[in-house]
Amino acid sequence: MQNFAESFWSSLTLIVTGDSELWSIVILSLQVSLTAVVLAAVIGVPTGALLAVGKFRGRQAITIFVNSLMGLPPVVVGLCVYLILSSSGPLGVLDLLYTPTAMIIAQTILIAPIIAALSRETILAVHEEYQDQFTSLCLSNWQRLKALLWEARFSLLTALLAGFGRAIAEVGAVMIVGGNINHLTRVMTTSIALETSKGNLSLALALGTILVLIAILVNAAVAMVGMRRHEAMHV
Amino acid sequence: MSELGVGICDLTLSFGDQLRLDIPSLNLDPTRSTMILGPNGAGKSLLLRVMHGLSQPDTGTVNFPDHYQDPARQAMVFQRPVLLRRTALANISFALKVRGRSSQDAWRRAMTWMMRAELDHLANVPARRLSGGEQQRLCMARALALEPKILFLDEPCASLDPNATVAVEALVQDAIDLGVKVIMVTHDPAQAQRLGSEIVLMHQGRIATKQSKLDFFTTPQNDLVGSFLAGKPLLSHIKESR
Repeated sequence: MQNFAESFWSSLTLIVTGDSELWSIVILSLQVSLTAVVLAAVIGVPTGALLAVGKFRGRQAITIFVNSLMGLPPVVVGLCVYLILSSSGPLGVLDLLYTPTAMIIAQTILIAPIIAALSRETILAVHEEYQDQFTSLCLSNWQRLKALLWEARFSLLTALLAGFGRAIAEVGAVMIVGGNINHLTRVMTTSIALETSKGNLSLALALGTILVLIAILVNAAVAMVGMRRHEAMHV
Repeated sequence: MSELGVGICDLTLSFGDQLRLDIPSLNLDPTRSTMILGPNGAGKSLLLRVMHGLSQPDTGTVNFPDHYQDPARQAMVFQRPVLLRRTALANISFALKVRGRSSQDAWRRAMTWMMRAELDHLANVPARRLSGGEQQRLCMARALALEPKILFLDEPCASLDPNATVAVEALVQDAIDLGVKVIMVTHDPAQAQRLGSEIVLMHQGRIATKQSKLDFFTTPQNDLVGSFLAGKPLLSHIKESR
């Protein structure tokens, strides 16, 4: 076992010298999580909008259900996706298990409810603010939805960043459905778990450092979006 | 449909067991401006919302002359300015575009009304950075840019200083001069006197009186009007009338 100081300097060397294994893991992590965020946004934002402004039976029950899904345990999601994609599962013929696609599916399922719930809250607040004005201006439902999404754009972006933060830091589900296969499905979090158990702290620390940097960047982006929103709203 | 004016018939609206509007009949002049006066909780704003279709009554109907009936020929300005998170100019052009104007036409008309509201120098400023008075003038300009036949105003000067009030009142007068039917809620009898042709006094969800401006201020129809103009509490009058 290396001592901490040695491991730390080795990890910095790996980052600075552009170690190909390390950066291939980072790039795969970003590809998987960013794709999951895009898919979750496509599902979550319209769902949130529908729950915020739609008028249909069961809306309250669906809202409670979606909010409950925000706390989904990742390993349970991983298990469910595993069962569905395994060779004996309903989608086994697609042969997606232990591929990045399976990891994207798992992460999408994990963060879509978060994005949907945060979008609903955001759009609901904006809708309450503009409901009377939009009715007075005779906006069609489509015009209303477009205007609401535009007015809520900064808060929606914050919701997407929150989803990305959750996805990039997730380990349980991607471990189960991805299998942590070297050069294929190994992402930052699963690599950190593996390399730590092997005692290869240099790579684990290097990946951990990059993960923390990404978390800081995401938070900085959220803060900047917040400032931009404040400027735009001036309230 | 009413050909004579804006007509209200058997209108009631309750929140729970509280009757908030109870108007058996009310006819408003189709062209002259109407000021709706009354103390807090009289139901003035609620009546305006019902007339504009923002709230649904439990019973009754609101009828407009044919050319006012289309909601697209109506506009409303609220007590608190409601502005989009866009520039001042974009707030007006947005309203015009959703009503079917082309981008170029919307921009041109929006600029015209920015100038009429003396806000053209603030055209590219985010609307929410304007002062309260400027915001309310922008809301008035947006409403008037839509060329409504009927304009509902819900205490547009409620939170404005005297100078800003004068500027907003000038735009209201512009609308009246353009032939727009203005129905305005206000607490201020002096403002009603300046802008109104007919006055409606409401109290506890009912119409206490509807008179021409001259009659309202010179020969009050009942004690309630006299008490209101004298600034006295009105509660006892309703108890007596029951």
